[in-house]
This record gives sequence, C-alpha cells and structure tokens, in this order.
Amino acid sequence: MKSFTYERVDSSAAATAAFARTPGARFIAGGTNLLDLMKLEIETPQHLIDVSRLALDKIEATPEGGLRIGAMVRNTDLASDARVRRDYGLLTRALVAGASGQLRNKATTAGNLLQRTRCPYFYDTNQPCNKRQPGSGCAAIGGFNRLHAVVGASDACIATHPSDMAVAMRALDAAIETVDAAGKARAIPIADFYRAPAKTPHLETVLAPGELITAVTLPKPVGGTHIYHKVRDRASYAFALIAVGAIVQRDGTGRVALGGVGYKPWRVEAAEAALPRGAKPVADGLLAGAKTTHENAYKLPLVERALAGVLAQAKG
Amino acid sequence: MQTPEEFELSRRGVLVGGAASVATVTLVPIGTATAATPPAKSPPTAKVAFEVNGTVRELELDTRTSLLDALREHLHLTGTKKGCDHGQCGACTVIVDGRRINSCLTLAVMHEGEKITTIEGLGTPDKMHAMQDAFVTHDGYQCGYCTPGQICSAVAVLDEIKAGVPSHVTADLAAAPAVTKVELRERMSGNICRCGAYSNIIDAITDVAGVKA
Repeated sequence: MKSFTYERVDSSAAATAAFARTPGARFIAGGTNLLDLMKLEIETPQHLIDVSRLALDKIEATPEGGLRIGAMVRNTDLASDARVRRDYGLLTRALVAGASGQLRNKATTAGNLLQRTRCPYFYDTNQPCNKRQPGSGCAAIGGFNRLHAVVGASDACIATHPSDMAVAMRALDAAIETVDAAGKARAIPIADFYRAPAKTPHLETVLAPGELITAVTLPKPVGGTHIYHKVRDRASYAFALIAVGAIVQRDGTGRVALGGVGYKPWRVEAAEAALPRGAKPVADGLLAGAKTTHENAYKLPLVERALAGVLAQAKG
Repeated sequence: MQTPEEFELSRRGVLVGGAASVATVTLVPIGTATAATPPAKSPPTAKVAFEVNGTVRELELDTRTSLLDALREHLHLTGTKKGCDHGQCGACTVIVDGRRINSCLTLAVMHEGEKITTIEGLGTPDKMHAMQDAFVTHDGYQCGYCTPGQICSAVAVLDEIKAGVPSHVTADLAAAPAVTKVELRERMSGNICRCGAYSNIIDAITDVAGVKA
C-alpha cells in the first residue's frame, strides 16, 4: 500500500474544504472497498479524509412521506430499520443479499453506491484494464467474461456494478443528495448517477471531484409486493450473475430493475408497461440491444426466467 | 549473479539504511501526523487510542496499519488471524462496539475511542466463553486457523438475531428473526473454514443459542 496522510473531519463543510486543499485526497467511510483496492495499489490516495463520524447516520421521514437516509448509515442499520422493512422491503432484501454480515456492519449507504464498478481483470494488475489504467486495453473482452455486462457496455469496458442495494434504490426512484466545496447542494436521480463506460470507464459517476454524498432520499412508499431475486454461483456471499429487483402491484403492473447486467442498476421504464403480460416482453424490453460475449449469453434467458419466477411468486 | 562479496556489501548497506530509517521514524514529531505533505522517506504516522479487551491502548502507527496488524504486530494479540487480508475469509473477525467486522479491511487509526473485543477478550483457557466451550465440545474446527474469527462472528450473530437484524433467509421481514440452522448458515457465510468443519460449527452455535439441533 502507498503511504498517505490521514485526517478525521466532523462536518461536511470541513470534509469538502479538506479535499479542496489537499491534492490526491479521497474520502473514506467504511473503507471496505477502498482499502481493499489500496492494498493492491489500484487506488493510491495521498491523503485520506475520514468522514465516517459525520452526523449523517440518521434515517428520517421527509415531508413528502418518504425517507432520507444519511450517507453514513451502515448497510446493517438500513436493512434493519422498521420503516424500511415495512415500506421498502425491496431495499432490505437487496441489502441482505449483498456481501457478508461483517462487511454490512461497516459499509455505508454512500460507500455502497460508490464502490467501484469492477471485474476480476480490474483487480489483476498484470492485465490491461482501461478502468485501472486508461488506454491500456480490456482483458475481459475476449477473456474470461461470464460475469460481465450484456447491456450498456463499450469496447473499452464490460464490467458490471456489483451493488445489490443500488438495484433496489433504482426501482424505488431514489435521489442522491450531495454537497460540493462551495457549499452548493444538489439532488441527483439515481437514474442519472452512473456514467456509461464509453471511452472513459475510469469515470464511474457524475460526481465532481470533492463532491460529497450527504444522503439518499426515497419517495413515499408505493406499496406492492417487493421481491429481490439474486442468482449467484453459491448461496451466500457472492456477486450476482444476474439479479431481479421487482415491485409488483395486485393488478400486475409494477417496476423492475436488474443487477449484474450492466455498469449501473438496469431499469427501462418503458419495458415495465408489459409486466401484466408476463416476463418475456419485459425481459425483451429491458435487454433490447444486448451484446453478449462467448461466455455470458446465458444471462439473457436467465433474466427472463428469473423474472418469470418473481412474477409467479408475486401472484402468490 | 551476485558474488558473495557484493552480497556482503549490499547486506551491510541494507542494515545501515534500515537502522537509519528506524531512527527517523521514531524521531518524527507527532504534529506532522496529519500534515498534508507528500510522503517523505518516513511514512506518515498518527496517534490512536482505543480499548482492547477492556484495556486502553495508545499507539502511534503508520497510517496504513490495519486494525488487524495493530492487534497482531503491535499489541501482540495473535489470536486474531490473517487469512486473505481482503475481507473474503473472515479469519480476522473481531467485535468493535458490539459489532463484528473484518479487522483487515479497516484502518487502526479510524477506531479512536472504540471498544474492541478479540478472541483473547471473550474468554481464557481457564474461563472460556460459552461459545469457545461449545466449539471444543462439538469439535467445531480441524486446523483451528479460522476458529477465532468463527467464534467472534458467532457471538455477534446471536446478538444480531436478538436485535432483530434480518438476513437473506428471513422469510417475514415484519417478524423477529429466529435462531435456526438456516439463519445461522446464512449469517456465518462471511467466515470460511477450509477444513470444512461447518456442520460442527453450526452445532456449537445452536448449542449456545439453546436451540434443539
């Protein structure tokens, strides 16, 4: 690991100010992804700004009837919150499908969103990777790529975003609240939060350097049956091959977001209109324009079949 | 190829250089710990104080030191094990402020003022924690390397169920989770046992939880 200086801050303003005055700085909260990558010198910050003790660890009701989740709320606490379990069951289901109990105790809401979009070649520093070293090439294209993206990928990168939580938040129309060094706040719909890899896969979100996530807001509950179906190589503690997050209403309408298929949680609102007609037309709409490799074409029928299972379960 | 002579020279050089760098580290004033200067020859350090197994410990550490390395290399509490050092195996699991975490994936300096419990703090050979006792009774290990992490994790898992934390296999999110083998298996998935003592580990945990196996 490269050496770095360290400071702990006690306010968002102090955090963004520290970032502005320190070259090569990064925020750290739970650290479960950042430290992992620092050990491999894939991430090499010169200065760490510890934001883990900011008073952003509350889950509060919003005037609109939704919830504001502080950026520092731990994954375990978010999954356990009584309001989340009752009104946003999809979010709890997705959270507890991700990582391990130890990691969920440490990982934060903001950090979960900001974990790197990644693949095994990103971790293997002996291999080219446009995300790790822009312009070096992509070893996954033409390599072992059964885990990789089928939608939204580019010739530069076919990695998937690994978060389960983000899939639920996409289906729930979450918004990400931030503040920058000038003190300017904004709310970014999660649909607009992740950048397509295109030619610059090392840039993963629309956040400006030093912009700090302060909260994630959920609109008021939409009811319905909440199901998160994650398909993986082992029963627990593994990334999704594909995941289906769905909210299905009694009349058969609803929402669907997919994990494990692209650089972001994948939702196509136009495709959801077909939900009362079954899984196939929805899957076709979600995966329109999909581009598969020699190893990951299985994901297309797997999405349709997983969605069919989810819809059958929702009917009860 | 190096000749023996060259080796002698370079070896001496290393020893001299090594001694010099050690001296530099100890002479670094504490005030420079958080200064935002680029890393010089001696890596930046920072002070931290936390409670380990009921005793306050004060350390000055290279900022890169994981909590795991602080416990093992600096406090010589070698019960906590380093397996993968990447949060995948769970051998390094300790309990911090009542919660189990991977001590390999967290910086020691981030734990100012916190209470850390390691396997040494749960019990001693003469006065074992109930979970340690049950692992012995049920033969919940073979080589024993993952065992401290398994035991710390298991103790925290029972507290998590008691506190109502849901899991992937909890059927009803509105109800309190129950202590069942299925729940325990899911919740223990962050602790790998390469010897494959899983069934005995679950027996040990259900025994402590007072559940009929």
